[in-house]
Amino acid sequence: MTVVSMTVNGKAARADVPDNTLLVEYIREHLRLTGTHVGCDTSQCGACVVHVNGKAVKSCAALAVASEGADVTTIEGLANGEMHPMQTAFKENHGLQCGFCTPGMVMTATDMVARYRESGKTLDEAAIRSELEGNICRCTGYHNIVKAIADGASKMASS
Amino acid sequence: MYETKYHKASSVDEAVSLMGAADDGKLLSGGQTLLPTMKAHLAAPSDLVDVSGIADMNGVGVRGNVISIGAATTHAEVAGNAALQNACAAVTDLAANIGDPAVRHMGTIGGSIANNDPAADYPAALLALGATIKTNARDIAAEDFFVGLFETALEDDEVIVSIGFEAPEKACYAKFPNPASRYAMAGVFVAKTAGGARVAVTGAGDDGVYRQSDMEAALDGNWSAGALTGVSVSADGMLSDMHGDATYRANLVKVMAGRAVAGC
Repeated sequence: MTVVSMTVNGKAARADVPDNTLLVEYIREHLRLTGTHVGCDTSQCGACVVHVNGKAVKSCAALAVASEGADVTTIEGLANGEMHPMQTAFKENHGLQCGFCTPGMVMTATDMVARYRESGKTLDEAAIRSELEGNICRCTGYHNIVKAIADGASKMASS
Repeated sequence: MYETKYHKASSVDEAVSLMGAADDGKLLSGGQTLLPTMKAHLAAPSDLVDVSGIADMNGVGVRGNVISIGAATTHAEVAGNAALQNACAAVTDLAANIGDPAVRHMGTIGGSIANNDPAADYPAALLALGATIKTNARDIAAEDFFVGLFETALEDDEVIVSIGFEAPEKACYAKFPNPASRYAMAGVFVAKTAGGARVAVTGAGDDGVYRQSDMEAALDGNWSAGALTGVSVSADGMLSDMHGDATYRANLVKVMAGRAVAGC
């Protein structure tokens, strides 16, 4: 057991957890933030993507104890009173059907928009599709997800 | 995942001593291979020694044509390093196409080469570039480092600190990724170095990464994709599995080598 402290969605979180606790287990089962999903549990599907110190990571392939001192944002921390522009874009573009992959899709989307903005690169359709390599959706065929991300990127730029 | 004891090392020396004290320790860096392997109960180390926060093992150094990459540098950091892109874009492009963005935020070059997956990308680059793997104890030439499938020259408690190489005159990497996993079904790294042409192949050989000496000889006299047309690649010694048989992979090696040279 190890005492681990981190900031999750702006709030301090501290717990004594077994060393083999995955970050996603800590988020879901200790903090009860169940918006972060476990899809494949083999780091293929991306339903568990959260931001750790501002970077998208698969929380099923990270240890809670290794995230000591980290600043973690989950899907619950994205909205600030009202929906995040990327969440609005997913809603307006019908970027989801069952919704299971959506938390990971949205966290991946906001990460890619931030990185492309920072590096000055253009986030066109091909780039969005390539960036979604690590996120799997079994419902939509991705088309509306790609449209939602493009729309969300422009909403984020103007918000 | 079975129980394990986690340790965060703050220096290379501390990592070495923690490994020495552990019953069956494993070094943890990005964990993008090790943690899924532990979850699948294919590995059950008694102790994990996390080296990701060690300052001496992080970052990219480019001085003229001399390049050094800390072992705990992530694929995303390598891919995004502007100085390295100027000096050797083949390596930044390679890093930018490993796995997916979330994996690249965590996975590291040291972890990749220590694991020596026969379909990993970095081993081909290091072998073709004639890189040196610097550990806490010694310098190991890439030629001697990659021993076989998931096997390296590293001793049990040895820690990779950094990877060094000289920027080549030209280099390029071309891979045919498995459509699902993005691991190379054949990946060829070509480099035109001061010592001649070097061609290293990953993903295809049944004993891991190897140099393709026939292609090197052909490119030495004539650095062009056309020089490779006369080189025949045997299916002997090629991997054969559900993703592609040996003959298919032998053909992929030739096609990827041609693309790599043409891409330089």
